[in-house]
Amino acid sequence: MSTSLPAADADALQPGAEILLRALKDQGVEVVFGYPGGAVLPIYDAIFKQNAIRHILVRHEQAAVHAAEGYARSTGRVGVVLVTSGPGATNAVTGLVDALMDSIPVVCLTGQVPTHLIGNDAFQEADTTGITRPATKHNYLVKRSEDLARVVHEAFYVARSGRPGPVVIDLPKDILIGPARYSPPSAAPHRSYRPQTEPDGGAIARAVALLKGAKRPVIYVGGGVINAGDAASEALRRLVQLTGYPATSTLMGLGALPASDPRFLGMLGMHGTYEANLAMHGCDVMLAVGARFDDRVTGKLAAFSPQSRKIHIDIDPSSINKNVPVDLPIVADAGRALSALVAGWEADGATPDRTALAAWWRQIDGWRARECLRYTQSRAAGAIIKPQYAIQRLHALTRESGRPTYITTEVGQHQMWAAQFFGFEQPNRWMTSGGLGTMGYGLPAAMGVQVAHPEALVIDIAGEASILMNIQEMSTLAQYRLPVKVFILNNRYMGMVRQWQELLHGGRYSESYSAALPDFVKLAESFHATGLRAESVDQLDATIRAMLAADGPVIADIAVDEKENCFPMIPSGAPHNEMILGPEHEATAAGVADAGLALV
Amino acid sequence: MPAQGDSDFRSATISVLVDNESGVLARVIGLFSGRGYNIDSLTVAPVEDGGQRSRINVVTSGTQMVIEQIKAQLDRLVPVHRIADLTQQGPHVAREMALMKVIAAGDRRSEALRLADAFRARVVDATTESFIFEMTGSTDKLDAFVALMRPLGLAEVSRTGVAAMARGTRVI
Repeated sequence: MSTSLPAADADALQPGAEILLRALKDQGVEVVFGYPGGAVLPIYDAIFKQNAIRHILVRHEQAAVHAAEGYARSTGRVGVVLVTSGPGATNAVTGLVDALMDSIPVVCLTGQVPTHLIGNDAFQEADTTGITRPATKHNYLVKRSEDLARVVHEAFYVARSGRPGPVVIDLPKDILIGPARYSPPSAAPHRSYRPQTEPDGGAIARAVALLKGAKRPVIYVGGGVINAGDAASEALRRLVQLTGYPATSTLMGLGALPASDPRFLGMLGMHGTYEANLAMHGCDVMLAVGARFDDRVTGKLAAFSPQSRKIHIDIDPSSINKNVPVDLPIVADAGRALSALVAGWEADGATPDRTALAAWWRQIDGWRARECLRYTQSRAAGAIIKPQYAIQRLHALTRESGRPTYITTEVGQHQMWAAQFFGFEQPNRWMTSGGLGTMGYGLPAAMGVQVAHPEALVIDIAGEASILMNIQEMSTLAQYRLPVKVFILNNRYMGMVRQWQELLHGGRYSESYSAALPDFVKLAESFHATGLRAESVDQLDATIRAMLAADGPVIADIAVDEKENCFPMIPSGAPHNEMILGPEHEATAAGVADAGLALV
Repeated sequence: MPAQGDSDFRSATISVLVDNESGVLARVIGLFSGRGYNIDSLTVAPVEDGGQRSRINVVTSGTQMVIEQIKAQLDRLVPVHRIADLTQQGPHVAREMALMKVIAAGDRRSEALRLADAFRARVVDATTESFIFEMTGSTDKLDAFVALMRPLGLAEVSRTGVAAMARGTRVI
């Protein structure tokens, strides 16, 4: 890539904005998602004068952060955001918390009023470091030009090291004007922050012994395995192959193991499979890797996996023993710990207890025979489309296309159906807002993925309510010719809200109906995209094929069954072995305890 | 979070060595308020030459699991260097200072002075109607003296919060 950045020596005095771009370039940054404004004009001026770093102009700052998240999660690199002071920074906050909850490495550059005006309630001033302190892994206010380069290098180190997360650098306008001297990245990027990545050898040996002695083992995989890179997924696959143990995954961990692997039990948790949740409930040894025992996973804590001895591998010591006490904590990078477990298992010559394991698999196969994800799709002409079927067809036809496929989602029922029915075979192909549950995540995240992978098929599986939360990004897709496909499961309801109201609030559908929806076909066309619609099951395949064949961005509006609910479901506050399996079991939901009603 | 009546509910004096950078105290306090942890007392001041490092002493309380979580969360903050749970480590010295203004006349005035002497409190200001006593000691001792002064005309109290360190050769 050519560059017009000044090849100045480190000693030369330079404007702050040029130091900033130089530091970004030295950190390997190729693209920045941003939106200009008064406080960051010096940076935009410096961007104008070079072509090493590409800028993608979003239409809302929240979308800039989600786009950076999509970029980061699909590449394993740090995503970069550039926004102005005041509203630019406050609009970015939702994206920052989203990245914090899902451990996505993002560096967000925010403009700030000049240092002499800070605290004066100046135009477009906000206390950005104050507001973003609990929204980030760390943040900085640069008060001296000579600190700028060091802070940028440190921010990238903090964002990608240990448990990754978002880092804000607040940049007063006078700092961007400078002048100061550049300093390159150093070998010691932070004076004290050194996360532990190597597992303790003794703990690994104890883990091998525990796993070897297991009669009813289960491996519980989280997003940390994805964050730890391809080597972590490879080590996990090897461990599963060596042991033959069943494995389940959180929403964020999907793809770490191939969905088609017979030892994969599907996702666990609130909308996880019957077999995954009962295996978690009944296991005697649990190996948790890069997962944080979130309430969506555990259900009722007091009844969570009551008979198991638990091994917990996590890079974040505060994730261990936070919700669930564990027997063997291992603080380490998931990939290094899994590789050490594989090496330990092989060195030990360990073999699983084959008799016990066969009995355990017979029990699991019995649970599988319940076919908890079963639904009925009528094939009659004009029949209404079941949302599950729409995703299964989308999966089948994208596989048929043979193209590398990346899926993002918004938040709600469609997200859970995507997790249940779109089989992910590889890591980093699935981008969803897990921890924060941010409606409006999917479209901008898809944008970021498409920027990183211009030739790939990038699909946002959306709901008609969520998509409206960042619909303005259709304009960004048009500007940069990003051929993202938006696949809307349109049930005319905020489906997950409606489902909870049906099951827990007596069917009083308070404010959950999507009234006055736009015509999504015309909406797509007005944004220079292709609009498609499928009204009935006989139109579905042709619509998906047309979407996949289109060169540019597409919105496919798929009318689906308005009353379909997402099952299985563990009601809030219930244990794993009290799942609602389907409509025929809904009566049991009437028995949800008052304590459960108070939970989210 | 379990209630105060739980059997493993305890108090913990935790010392934290941090980079003395802007916002570090807000980070620590925000962690406590944001996650619903208790702060019973908090002190902070630079402790190394050049003001590079500050020491925060925080007295908190919770179940063992919550206190372990507090320590892990503190350790996760980027500018935090080291953490010591002095209560768990063993014998430690934990002292604070208080200034107490007593406004009284007659018998109550002389009784206040007599008790101050018994508690080894110093008189750092006196008028014909008032004293300011200064006292350094354990939180319990200060609490006891404050309670004694209350009926004798205690008008104002200013306390520093606890400064603490391990006994013997152990350092943070």
